[in-house]
Amino acid sequence: MFKKILIANRGEIAVRVVRACHEMGIAAVAVYSDVDRASLHVRKADEAYPIGSAPAAESYLNIPKVLDVAARSGAEAIHPGYGFLSENPRFARACADAGVKFIGPTAAAMEAMGSKTRARQAVERFDVPMVPGTSSGLTSLEQAEQMAVQIGYPVMLKAAAGGGGKGMRLVHVPGELRSALESAQSEAERAFGDSEVYMEKAILNPRHIEIQIIADEHGNTVYLGERECSVQRRHQKVVEEAPSPIVDVEMRRRMGEVAVRVAQAAGYSNAGTVEFLVDQNQDFYFLEMNTRLQVEHPVTELVTGLDLVHLQIHIANGEPLPFRQQDIQIRGHAIECRIYAEDPDNNYFPSPGKITLLLLPSGPGIRRDSGMYEGWTVPMEYDPLLAKLIGYGTDRDQTIGRLARALNEYFVGGIKTNISLFRRILSSPDFRAAKIDTGFLDRLLKQKERSGDSKPGPQTTEVAVIAAGMFAVLGTAGASAGVHVVNGSTAQPAAGSKWKAAAEREALR
Amino acid sequence: MTYDVAIDGKSYRLDLDHIDDVWSCRVDGREVEVDAVLARPNVLSLRLGNAVFEVKCERVGADIHIWVGSQRFAAEIRDPRSLRGRVRAGDDEGPKKLTAPMPGKVVRLLLRQGSAVDAGGGVVVVEAMKMQNEVKSPKKGTVQKILVTEGAAVNAGDVLAIVE
Repeated sequence: MFKKILIANRGEIAVRVVRACHEMGIAAVAVYSDVDRASLHVRKADEAYPIGSAPAAESYLNIPKVLDVAARSGAEAIHPGYGFLSENPRFARACADAGVKFIGPTAAAMEAMGSKTRARQAVERFDVPMVPGTSSGLTSLEQAEQMAVQIGYPVMLKAAAGGGGKGMRLVHVPGELRSALESAQSEAERAFGDSEVYMEKAILNPRHIEIQIIADEHGNTVYLGERECSVQRRHQKVVEEAPSPIVDVEMRRRMGEVAVRVAQAAGYSNAGTVEFLVDQNQDFYFLEMNTRLQVEHPVTELVTGLDLVHLQIHIANGEPLPFRQQDIQIRGHAIECRIYAEDPDNNYFPSPGKITLLLLPSGPGIRRDSGMYEGWTVPMEYDPLLAKLIGYGTDRDQTIGRLARALNEYFVGGIKTNISLFRRILSSPDFRAAKIDTGFLDRLLKQKERSGDSKPGPQTTEVAVIAAGMFAVLGTAGASAGVHVVNGSTAQPAAGSKWKAAAEREALR
Repeated sequence: MTYDVAIDGKSYRLDLDHIDDVWSCRVDGREVEVDAVLARPNVLSLRLGNAVFEVKCERVGADIHIWVGSQRFAAEIRDPRSLRGRVRAGDDEGPKKLTAPMPGKVVRLLLRQGSAVDAGGGVVVVEAMKMQNEVKSPKKGTVQKILVTEGAAVNAGDVLAIVE
């Protein structure tokens, strides 16, 4: 087994991988940019190396700097997390050339799946259902017009190198095609340095359901059930769950077998995800493969009882999968909320800044994968994902109840977060009835909040008034906790109790 | 202590006494029985009768937010004996400051000093976390002054421009 692993990432996922390393007795090496010295992943690691200034291109995306740290620290393997270098075949190849094990698929498998058009070509021979469309980039407006007539409007234009909804355009009528094609191409060029755009028949308001697969380096590939990620905003996932409320055992088997064929077509190893669109008839179509660990991997871990990061490390170490397909059981239900530093009252714009107060949820069925702590200043340079709150329970209803309860315990002060959005989602009748598709969240956000949700009762307002005054009276004394200020019965805590409380909280993680 | 507490556009006269760790409290002259524990800095456990509330205090710049459970209240607290801190009327008269809504970088100036601007017109674009945010004018008028340059780093609350 490896003795030391370098984590080429930051934030909650870097913390997640550091923890897995420590659980397996492996030393964890962090890298950090100038604005991340105080970040949690650096605090949790065994060694940490600065790798440059804040822009990712000069630090987390800089291959020579990351490999230099691997050499200096003696790390034998690199975990890329998600984002940054995780799906970059040049990086995987550079690791191999430097004699460092890349924890993920081979560069060749990444290349086969890295572009949506190449992925379509790679799986064409393997009986994989696909949305009708082109398997190569559009070369001219005329070709696009002919193609659109052939497959029928509405059509979707997509960047071949795409992700995160960039370079995507829905086209309803022929007159919109020219400007949609031009803007999709220029957006793709700006976002990915590749202007290739292809066309698919648009499936309106599909569900987004994906299959987690795991493959060793000896030809064994197993699917670990599905995740439903239909709750999206601007094509970005917001809530994910496993299992999908509409997938039964038979559908899971059919989707899983297709996913395994896709992975095998690419010669895939390690953890990966095969994404599908599911239409209203519950027919599913291959969308793309993500050649990395996903943000939402914890919901799969909770319903399968497996640790995907441990498995990734064992596989990279050359070990065979320790189970076969028939050993995989889906048990219970898990839902994940992505907690972002963004302002729900200001069109979800990012809200970096200092976290002045952090109250954490705990209790049954709650998992928190977090990269933040009280007193930390969220830097403005990176993705605003702060943490993931994951609920787990016997069934979907119990899980929703636990998550809603935990969201009420969660408090992040000093910056804006989208925690209130999840309260709205979880209390929405459509979400509770699992009537969700990729248009669900936009529809919900267009509705006005029900008056009962936003209008405080007179007693609540009175509490706020009184508390405001009390905080003013206490002034800086409000900074000393544990004082019971009533009926003369001052319950003064023993000195140092705050340290003890903090230690206990950490021990519970 | 006597405070005027403004919440949700309404003002309340609050009399609070805090003697020997016992609170006595009047809201608009009405006596309210209340008991409070400071659980940790900026977190109070409040009992009104037998109902229990967890209340958080969040200070963002000059603003005080009071959270009762998951309900947020913007509170203005002032001492009626002092003239300082008296709330100004929210009219459109006089120059208005445009402030950065978040820490970030100024990526673009949309207008020059002296340009006319409509209410809701964009003046400065601030970028943070790869998202661009247009800072808009609260009123129709003229851009009297622009206080930042393209590329400048700004903190939340920094004045970017003044519209007259």
